[in-house]
Amino acid sequence: MTTQQESPVSAVISIQVENESGALARVIGLFSGRGYNIESLTVAAVDETRRQSRINIVTTATQRVLEQIRAQVERLVPVYRVSVMTAADPHVAREMALVKVIASGERRADALRIAQAFRAHPVDASATSFVFELTGATDKLDAFIDLMRPLGLAEVSRTGVAAIARGAAIL
Amino acid sequence: MNAASHQTDLKPHAAGTDTTVLSGAEVLLRVLVEQGVEVIFGYPGGAVLPIYDALFRQNAIRHVLVRHEQAAVHAAEAYARSTGRVGVVLVTSGPGATNTVTGLLDAMLDSIPVVCFSGQVGVPLIGTDAFQEADTTGITRPATKYNYLVRRPEDVAPCVHEAFHIARSGRPGPVLVDLPKNLMVGPASYSDAPRVPHPSYHPQTEPGRDVIARAVAAMKGARRPLFYTGGGIINAGPEASTALRRLVEKTGFPCTSTLMGLGAMPAGDRRFLGMLGMHGTYEANMATHGCDVLIALGSRFDDRVTGRLDAFSPGSFKIHADIDPSQINKIVPVDVGIVGDARRVIEMMLEEWDCTPANTRQPIDVAQWWHQISEWRKIDSLGFSQDMAPDAIIRPQYAIRRLHELATATGRDTYVSTEVGQHQMWAAQHFGFSKPNRWLTSGGLGTMGYGLPAAVGAQVAHPDALVIDIAGEASTLMNIQELSTIAQYRLPVKVFILNNQYMGMVRQWQELLHDSRYSESYSAALPDFVKLAESFHGRGLRATCVGELDGVIADMLAHPGPVVADICVAQDENCYPMIPSGAAHNQMLLGPDQDDEISAEGRMLV
Ligand SMILES: Cc1ncc(C[n+]2csc(CCOP(=O)(O)OP(=O)(O)O)c2C)c(N)n1
Ligand SMILES: [Mg+2]
Repeated sequence: MTTQQESPVSAVISIQVENESGALARVIGLFSGRGYNIESLTVAAVDETRRQSRINIVTTATQRVLEQIRAQVERLVPVYRVSVMTAADPHVAREMALVKVIASGERRADALRIAQAFRAHPVDASATSFVFELTGATDKLDAFIDLMRPLGLAEVSRTGVAAIARGAAIL
Repeated sequence: MNAASHQTDLKPHAAGTDTTVLSGAEVLLRVLVEQGVEVIFGYPGGAVLPIYDALFRQNAIRHVLVRHEQAAVHAAEAYARSTGRVGVVLVTSGPGATNTVTGLLDAMLDSIPVVCFSGQVGVPLIGTDAFQEADTTGITRPATKYNYLVRRPEDVAPCVHEAFHIARSGRPGPVLVDLPKNLMVGPASYSDAPRVPHPSYHPQTEPGRDVIARAVAAMKGARRPLFYTGGGIINAGPEASTALRRLVEKTGFPCTSTLMGLGAMPAGDRRFLGMLGMHGTYEANMATHGCDVLIALGSRFDDRVTGRLDAFSPGSFKIHADIDPSQINKIVPVDVGIVGDARRVIEMMLEEWDCTPANTRQPIDVAQWWHQISEWRKIDSLGFSQDMAPDAIIRPQYAIRRLHELATATGRDTYVSTEVGQHQMWAAQHFGFSKPNRWLTSGGLGTMGYGLPAAVGAQVAHPDALVIDIAGEASTLMNIQELSTIAQYRLPVKVFILNNQYMGMVRQWQELLHDSRYSESYSAALPDFVKLAESFHGRGLRATCVGELDGVIADMLAHPGPVVADICVAQDENCYPMIPSGAAHNQMLLGPDQDDEISAEGRMLV
């Protein structure tokens, strides 16, 4: 086994499940029960009849553990398909954040300027606050939130990552 | 009682959905009949009264009343394992359901097909902390292969059909169906088993030709090959064991087995090396360590088998066949992974063996390997000496050997269950099994209290067979209430207690790892097992010395009813050979005189 395989990498695990009660609990319980970590989690129905949902879980693990996660998730009864996407697999991963900044004067103007540069939209504004909506890769959201911190960052709500493979490949 | 006067017709109807109005409970029973269920192990209560009422009004299915819900699951497990069918359990909501958790997890870890029906409060009351409400599906989710909370009357039949399919197919396991009381009382429609059971559930049973070919090519080139077989062979049905015996014969390779796989190969077969692992034989473990091609079939590299992982079978080319893809590369990285049912894997290996040229890499020359193995065998790692003076203390290994010999002499089909502890390991080592499905033990979970209810399940399934629970005195007390079930159904179960007055396995570890500080492992205030047996309407026997042993065993075997035999054995006996925690297979302790230090890491392991 190469050392590269032993070092942990970040991955998005996309899981197509039957939209039935308990399906999410089964997946999450598997992660906590087997000691895999969950950095972010999204879930929503994705087909026209709302019979199937897609769960995206961001985790960090070695290749070998990622393969275990895939196999463990795949054998759950309500799971249709699983894909594990790391940096080596061409895919798009995005999340959305709502960021509340409470500021006035100079700091308020700075916040607006940075938001423009990041293409973050103010979706709510009051005399003393903004709520910015920002979509992008996780590190872009992290960078924006870091920049807002000295400018009056008050609250953050993030969706977690949704991911999909590039090209014609499907789950 | 006049059960016969209100018969409900539970006979399977023609195909399709039937519009006759049945209650949910009647629909449930009809599906059970359709699924071929003959026996339910259960215990009633408020939430399942409608189901018990429907049971009362029919004759197709027999109900066995256990004395604790945990016992119902163990009985169903043994029923399943000894027959190859699905075991069925019925319990009430709340405490009834929570009492099954240990049994369900036991079935999960040992891959036993069981369907457990639990009562639930009525749908409108769910989530209100109603009387005897429990989040049963939440509690049992990690302890089952799958579970359901049925919410609509029209889902009763499809869910129950599906539960059986999921329990028995792929890697078998326990499935729980939680049934709210109002659905059992109210009307429900019967429907046949759905053609597509669960749209996302597709276990793979047919292995790929290509991987079989790669495996067989490696086997043909092997000089020091070894089969390492497990419970998957038993689960794949008796045909899998037959096929294994042919494969072993044809290849001429040695074969070792896990605890769960005992009986797949006849214990007396010259190619069988006995059990491997923590209390396995010297030859099995040395062969595992020294082999150049290891062929794992329906086994899962459990830590009781592998010992220290980085020293497990170093340097061997590893082939692993399992029906559950998640087992492959889970613990030990392998060179060829095969997903499929063990019987199919073995049959295809046999076919492939015949059409692969002999010397793909090297001519097969396993004769030298066999020579090495026979040297290891000479160590006689299971050997012990028994003082044969009539008043000598009975050694537990000797008691099991005599039990085996005298039971074999009866010529009766014999099923053995065990509790958990030293006696379990001695039973595995010294009671030779020649057929699959005869050995009922809690391997993965190691559940004390398994053996007595398991004996109930096996005896219910095989009324004419000889069923023996090889027990420890501490474990026996964990489900001792089942003596009452045994009495009620006149089950001629034989409870053979190796009474060392200690939680022997705990005492052994305390001796080896904790400088003999025997913290809480003495079995104080034991009951008089003879009187206990009598108070449960059975026969109690006791052997206190070698001179009494054969007579007690003979009396036990000859008695037509249930017997508890209290066999007073040496208190300080340890179970050897042993791979101490944290050690490799070639670092076995063969006996008490060998006092190797156990490493600090070893002490941390279970
Ligand atoms: C339910 C449960 N509790 C605790 C244990 C831990 N344990 C394993 S073996 C053992 C002692 C068993 O004693 P006994 O039944 O007398 O068997 P012996 O080892 O003496 O043959 C204990 C406490 C267990 N396996 N299961
Ligand atoms: Mg004991």
